[in-house]
Amino acid sequence: MDKLNSNAPTGPLENRWEKHKFDLSLIAPQNRKKYNIIVIGTGLAGASLCATLGEAGYNVQSFCYNDSPRRAHSIAAQGGVNASKNYQNDGDSTWRLFYDTIKGGDFRARESNIYRLAQLSCNIIDQAVSQGVPFAREYSGYLANRSFGGTQVSRTFYARGQTGQQLLLGAYSSMSKEIASGRVKHKSRCEMLEVIIIDGKARGIVVRDLITGEISSHLADCVVMCTGGYSNAYYLSTNAKGCNTSATWRAHKNGAYFANPSFTQIHPTCVPPTGDSQSKLTLMSESLRNDGRIWAPKNIEDCDKNPNDIPDKDRDYFLERMYPAFANLVPRDIASRALKGICDEGRGVGSVVNNQRLGVYLDFSSVIQKMGAEKVKEKYGNLFDMYESITGENPYEVPMKIYPAPHYTMGGLWVDYNLMTTIDGLFACGEANFSDHGANRLGASALMQGLADGYFVAPQTVANYLAKGKFEEISHDHPEVISSVESVKNRIESLMNAPEPKHSPDYFHRKIGSILWTSCGMARDKDSLKKAIKSIEQIKIDFWKNIKVTGSDNDFNQTLEKAGRVADFIELGHLMCVDALDREESCGAHARLEYLAESGDAMRDDENFGYVAAWEFNENEPTLHKEHLDFEFIKPTYRDYK
Amino acid sequence: MNFTLHIWRQKNTNSSGQFVTFNVTDIDSDTSFLEMLDQLNEDLIEKGEDCVVFDYDCREGICGTCSLVINGHPHGEKKATTTCQLYMRDYSDQSELWIEPWRAKSFPIVKDLAVKREAFDRIIQSGGFISTSVGSAPEANSQLVNKEDADCAFDSAICIGCGACVAVCPNASASLFVAAKINHFQRLPQGKIESTMRAERMINQMEQEGFGSCSNHRHCETVCPKEISVSNIAAMNKIL
Repeated sequence: MDKLNSNAPTGPLENRWEKHKFDLSLIAPQNRKKYNIIVIGTGLAGASLCATLGEAGYNVQSFCYNDSPRRAHSIAAQGGVNASKNYQNDGDSTWRLFYDTIKGGDFRARESNIYRLAQLSCNIIDQAVSQGVPFAREYSGYLANRSFGGTQVSRTFYARGQTGQQLLLGAYSSMSKEIASGRVKHKSRCEMLEVIIIDGKARGIVVRDLITGEISSHLADCVVMCTGGYSNAYYLSTNAKGCNTSATWRAHKNGAYFANPSFTQIHPTCVPPTGDSQSKLTLMSESLRNDGRIWAPKNIEDCDKNPNDIPDKDRDYFLERMYPAFANLVPRDIASRALKGICDEGRGVGSVVNNQRLGVYLDFSSVIQKMGAEKVKEKYGNLFDMYESITGENPYEVPMKIYPAPHYTMGGLWVDYNLMTTIDGLFACGEANFSDHGANRLGASALMQGLADGYFVAPQTVANYLAKGKFEEISHDHPEVISSVESVKNRIESLMNAPEPKHSPDYFHRKIGSILWTSCGMARDKDSLKKAIKSIEQIKIDFWKNIKVTGSDNDFNQTLEKAGRVADFIELGHLMCVDALDREESCGAHARLEYLAESGDAMRDDENFGYVAAWEFNENEPTLHKEHLDFEFIKPTYRDYK
Repeated sequence: MNFTLHIWRQKNTNSSGQFVTFNVTDIDSDTSFLEMLDQLNEDLIEKGEDCVVFDYDCREGICGTCSLVINGHPHGEKKATTTCQLYMRDYSDQSELWIEPWRAKSFPIVKDLAVKREAFDRIIQSGGFISTSVGSAPEANSQLVNKEDADCAFDSAICIGCGACVAVCPNASASLFVAAKINHFQRLPQGKIESTMRAERMINQMEQEGFGSCSNHRHCETVCPKEISVSNIAAMNKIL
């Protein structure tokens, strides 16, 4: 149990991070070049960490699966990044951002971590501006803000609908500066397939070169995983096609606990699915909810009509009706559940998929009337264009259709206040860890967390770990290194040579995805989770018997890459269901049908489930460890957005 | 819908390649171009053959990974669009499609339709940044930025680094890519200080990587999925 010591400092909340930083050990500038650090992934967390560690003078080895570090999926984040600057003088503060985040997460995260995140939010904006991130500005030259999903203050900084792209390119440019300096050595098109653990410490990784198929070991004094989330377990999600859980799952199988795997966010404003060939879903920024009004026809018989022919009196602006205070801006989990409810009633619109119309309208006609099309274009132009290119419909004339899609995973590797996993020397940053968003993440908080971890938290805590430890030189023929490389090779061998090769990786990916979407998506219940667990166990057996990978493993082979990732998603999917079954309450995005109020609101059970569920891997069944959450400063309340 | 595909296949950088013809049938019109290729690959797995390698990731037009020349046009004929955002409804049924990789000396083919674009990364490493360090940044609003400058910087900063500008250029020049980055920083007070040195270094690196020079064909602007203007190149030339 002592493994789950959060190492969170005590004392007044405001001083905790400062005090903790002072207590951390430092490494003198002239000694830093003696230390080697591996960073996997080059999204916001990974790129910002590489840049910062490089600037400090450490030797960094960085890896990504893309063909360039600039392509990590952080680039697709649209809406913005929160910071409690209170530039708008609307009552914002560190405390309010902290409060909103902890409440938004339905009181399933640590107070200390979230307060630190809120404090660091302001430094992120300063840092990004100094890197040349072209945030939106007022005519006065000051930075502009907007309000964003689930908050009553304007604290979101944005660069049109491409905030993630601009922040990532900022971090990438700083990282590039350090690659030029020689302190960061980067390798693209490499996939991490194993962690090397020696004497209980993470000391390296095994990677596959995706072009040549070569398997190689890389050694260091510690390893940081910035490898993102696992929404692609659902097959259809808003993540990039390559996003995967393999790095985090390898870490888990080597002893890192996986926390709250069932906490997955289903984002309300995505382009609805249309058919079987679909390979991914596209998010439409939730900033659209600031001005767009969400509605569905009141009468089922209107569902296939042209929406412009349905008079206002026959429209149900259901979020405004159900949640008058927050209306169209209720947090994501609440909006998604309401939307699903409407479609389940049969009042959905758009294409019929599996005998159901999956979509509701997001309508801009009233704001176009009020502000004029030009103003709307300036604010949302690129999003409208994107919608039109996907659907072939013009949202200036016909209301958009939206439906929820898997988007972000709050769960991830369990980490302490120092962002270290239960394996010594193995750290996890950004979406790869579980730390800050509890059971639901608020809009514009993912970029904030990735960058806080990478620019400000991990550089300090990693240095402390290095300063306190002793690291003997390890050679590539150390028995642990050899056995890790062997296990990667054996696994690839099994993927290439299944006993009865029959089905492609995508075949299995769709299967596991559909089970998770139905049983571990927006609504969960005991019976269907139990059934799902059984089916997934069978899929795992079938997978290893029937997986068919063509081509060679000594070559650029995208089928082999997919097969390895799907194998890990199947095992993770199992754990997601086990976790969802264990948590007999509803909280945030985790909606157990048995524990929903009649209004559809989540009924939390703080007494029995006020904990982080951290799962330990065992060959037979996972072991649950609990980190109890204490709320010293905020009294958990019912999350009322009415 | 049914299509005849002529796809460039090449084992690796050092081998020679050729077009191979495939037929895909029963494609739904709402299928995206890359999903159509996914279906082809599913058919190839079924037959026990090696799949066609092509680059993709976000499939929403922002990561810059996808890169096909379709019937002679980088990212297809549709304006302001990446390959991943093309839909088969834009093509006529029974048509023939010629699908090739980016072709430029500085972007060697890795396999089939995938190329290596690390030259772009090295150009950024040569100077495509502001030399600031974490922790040293002043309060964000302490330096005001004219809105027009911020907007212009943004218009240059949205480059996704896909390389279509190079693929279409008769000189295989990376001028638009380089100029967009130089202008992005030049328009902002934070980046202006290093402008001349940055431009010299990046242009020098571009030449070292084997990219050609700009001779005003302006094809780059036409195929750029983010519609980055060639006026960036003129502005870059003024800095030197």
